[in-house]
Amino acid sequence: MTMPLFLLLLQGLWVTVQLTVLAAALATVFAFVAGLARTSTRRPVRILAGLYVEVFRATSALVLMFWLFFALPMLGWQLAPLWAGTLALALSYGAYGAEVVRAAVAAVPAGQTEAAVALNLTRWQRTRLVVLPQAVVEMLPSFSNLLIELLKGTSLASIVVIAELTFDANLVRLATGDSALVYATILVLYFAVAFLLTRVMRLLERRAKAAVGRGPAAPTAPDPAAPPAPTGGPLAGVAGALRRLAPAGARTGTAAGARTGTAAGARTGTATGARTATGARARAGEGSAA
Amino acid sequence: MSWDWDYTRAFLPDLLAGLWTAVQATALGSVLAFALGLVWALLLRSGSRWVTYPVHGAVEFVRNTPLLVQLFFLFYVLPSTGIAFSPLATGIIGLGLHYSTYTAEVYRAGIDAVPRGQWEAATALSLPRTRVWTSVVLPQAIRRVVPPLGNYILSMFKDTPMLSAITVLEMLKRAQEVGAESFRYLEPITVVGVLFVLVAYPTSLALRALERRVAGPVATAR
Repeated sequence: MTMPLFLLLLQGLWVTVQLTVLAAALATVFAFVAGLARTSTRRPVRILAGLYVEVFRATSALVLMFWLFFALPMLGWQLAPLWAGTLALALSYGAYGAEVVRAAVAAVPAGQTEAAVALNLTRWQRTRLVVLPQAVVEMLPSFSNLLIELLKGTSLASIVVIAELTFDANLVRLATGDSALVYATILVLYFAVAFLLTRVMRLLERRAKAAVGRGPAAPTAPDPAAPPAPTGGPLAGVAGALRRLAPAGARTGTAAGARTGTAAGARTGTATGARTATGARARAGEGSAA
Repeated sequence: MSWDWDYTRAFLPDLLAGLWTAVQATALGSVLAFALGLVWALLLRSGSRWVTYPVHGAVEFVRNTPLLVQLFFLFYVLPSTGIAFSPLATGIIGLGLHYSTYTAEVYRAGIDAVPRGQWEAATALSLPRTRVWTSVVLPQAIRRVVPPLGNYILSMFKDTPMLSAITVLEMLKRAQEVGAESFRYLEPITVVGVLFVLVAYPTSLALRALERRVAGPVATAR
């Protein structure tokens, strides 16, 4: 393999990365929309989302790509190859992701939703501020698996003539005739990207866990003498939501507000109350655990 | 453009023949994957670093790289080593090898889920190592791994269209050929998708039912 041919492979790798990033972004959107739609109170919405998930999970990503590439133009829509590939991957892996989203939302303790209802948050506030931040932590490990699947799935795009890594490898193979070396090289390249993605996702997981107070903020062993993290405890999600809901002025002037007894102060009073209660509970929880 | 039913009726038998090829590839591929996966899982528990490190590395490598590229690798490299396989056999080997790295993980989890007391009891009875595995551990582990293994059969089936890339005449390849003859791709490729839903969706429902049935007693046994 000469240098220009290796550069051709790197060019293909770049397209593979682009495909992965674009498709992953779009798949995340599909996953959240369909996953949340499946928890909707409206039956038609649930059924529609369920239909999407089941159909696209049952068919193969490659068949879908072929359909978008060869069959859709006959119905009058022609997509640019890169977009057909992106859309096929996103629809397919979005359907898998929707199940992840649904399962994670279902795994958030019912008490969180009940507390949010009791605090009179609207349904949308409940989802956005209480349920999702906690559910996302649950989703991340599954999402990082799906991301690797998606990366591997981009190789399918070579069959519909998108010049990504596998496609360029076929070109190089034809040029050199050295199949073993060429395919071994790109297998290593795919593995390198997958390895990198796994590392990045693991970092994200750790950050997300720390953000909702589950798990250490730093990768050091937890110090039993250290005071508990203020965000920890079973009501962390709700307390966090309240903090985020409180107006900026109220948030900064907690003590002052409470002292003067303004409306804003009263509101932050609730938030602080929840926060301290949380802290106490977290401490109690740790005591019993230790 | 409207749907051409006469055309659909004409090529349907051809696609069904392709479906049969895909089912065969899935069946033989899963047998290979189940057998090899167990070998990897047992090797990974051997306790010797000289065995576990290379096996672990190889399994991770195969898991994290595309099946399609592995198929190409086998398809173009195997003949040059003097081993000649038909495209279908190459595809089955590729599917089996790729999925064995997933099933290895399933077996590992299944073996880990066998309660410690079972091992201790087997030790107390001073059963030989092979008997411990064949009579105590594996019978319990296999029961737990049936539903996840079933899921991998299903995803292997959904990966069979990749075999079209190495000239196996499964559904997608046949749809391509039908389409190339008549310049109408809409019907054959749509029918391939429909056939996939018709086979895969009921299978996944059956698997879910099986999972529920297996999960019940295991959960209470803890």
